[in-house]
Amino acid sequence: MIAPALLGLALLVAAGVAGFAFVRPRLRQRLDGGAEPVRRILLPFTGTVISRRALDAALRLARAEDAELMPAYLAQVPMRLPLECPIPNEAGKAMVMLEAIEQRAAAQGVKVDARVERGRSYRHALARLLDSEPVDRVVVPAANSDGGEGLGGEDLLWLLEKAPAEVLILRPAIMHK
Amino acid sequence: MAAGVGKTYRMLQEGHAEADAGRDVVIGYLEPHKREETSAQARGLEVVPRRRAAIREVEVEEMDLPGLLARAPELALIDELAHTNPPGLEHGKRFEDIADVLAAGIDVFSTVNVQHLESLNDQVAELTGVRVRETVPDSVLGSADEVVLIDLTPEALIERLRTGKIYPGENVQAALENFFKIENLAALREVSLRQVAEDVESKRLVYTELEPVGTRQEEKVAADAPKAVGERLLALVRPQPSSQRLVRRAWRSAQRLGTDLDLLWVKPPGQQVEGELERQVTALRRLASVLGATFLIAEHDDLVAGVARVVCERGSTYIMVGESKPAKGFARLREPLPQRLMRATPPGVDVRIVAHRAIEREPGR
Repeated sequence: MIAPALLGLALLVAAGVAGFAFVRPRLRQRLDGGAEPVRRILLPFTGTVISRRALDAALRLARAEDAELMPAYLAQVPMRLPLECPIPNEAGKAMVMLEAIEQRAAAQGVKVDARVERGRSYRHALARLLDSEPVDRVVVPAANSDGGEGLGGEDLLWLLEKAPAEVLILRPAIMHK
Repeated sequence: MAAGVGKTYRMLQEGHAEADAGRDVVIGYLEPHKREETSAQARGLEVVPRRRAAIREVEVEEMDLPGLLARAPELALIDELAHTNPPGLEHGKRFEDIADVLAAGIDVFSTVNVQHLESLNDQVAELTGVRVRETVPDSVLGSADEVVLIDLTPEALIERLRTGKIYPGENVQAALENFFKIENLAALREVSLRQVAEDVESKRLVYTELEPVGTRQEEKVAADAPKAVGERLLALVRPQPSSQRLVRRAWRSAQRLGTDLDLLWVKPPGQQVEGELERQVTALRRLASVLGATFLIAEHDDLVAGVARVVCERGSTYIMVGESKPAKGFARLREPLPQRLMRATPPGVDVRIVAHRAIEREPGR
């Protein structure tokens, strides 16, 4: 008689734990003030290096908010080529970077949905991306003052003004290959 | 493409055109195969006499390489590039003789059937069931200034055979029952067309100057490297982020092989492409555009049948698929997708499975 009762109690406890685990993320969102949950975090980058600070920050945010990370490689297409032409050389760089980012994200349990976007300039590529992809937050590393690749001061001002999302700009740091 | 399409005839036509333009043209070696049209086309061109050689006490006539070099014309027409010489001559193969002729400053027009190309020998043997023993390294064709494809529909070629323009009457029926079947000739025609298209593409890339961004530097490297001629990759994708890893892997493989990449989504009939699905389809299409790949959507209620159809249409030789989720329940009894694909596609099509990142992380796998 006691054994079935204990078994029933154990099942009830297990169901309660599972139910709490399922409900908790939604409950936390509601308790946080009813703000819309962040679903997609954009991490635009250029060239063959990316700020580890920016990547780590984006991954931390994505993990904390149960959001998807969208790393986006911005590629410049010179005027003499059609904007929509294949860019295998740039794509080769992008694939290596996106693979590395996806590995780090997978290790932290963050979902990734990567992009490669073309434009006449980095800003143009970013504008095209923001036009076509809904994002809730943009994490962007500022370019180094030594003229390194990336989005410069004016680009960041433009982004703050135009981006239909929260923008998190990280100051330049040591770049890691 | 195949015997009887008119390679020798066309070579002789070109020889006449060069001679008419004032060049010193000779026939270094001609194999008319007792075809009247070919013999007639050879008239008016100087012929370097053949020399006699012996194979197992049987005397045969061969190209006289020393005689041709001594004659030193501007252009030599030398038939049958893949021919094997009898023992005792300067070289074992005719393409080696031709290398000597070219080294002597003599231009050469020659002929070869596609099945004699080394890299295509296995593929053609699988397609047609007939293997040729005389092969030519692909580099020989690759070093040619120009490759001209003599194309003829299988139906027209069989008609030529039936009317006795290729083989004497007594051999026609045997030829029709063996090599000269519509499916064999169609396969050879496709292989030939792709081979020449790839040859043209590789030459175009080699001649392209380097460009700083969006450049073709990688293609140039790929063009310089030995190419796996005739390969075509097909990656099976679904409009979801996890397909991107598969696309990256497939693209890198395509780069290494120096070949084209197709991305295929087999869409269930009637499925609406809207909302998030539409966004993912657009993302795949744009990624394909960036990579220079082709994104295909095939509507079919059976994935394997849909893939098999596209493989035949596109001439794919290599399929890449993502790792499937572990089967549950009765699905465990079903044959795995790679095996089903291999059974449904033509022989020789390879299937490669790309591991899923999330599964990779699981311990003990």
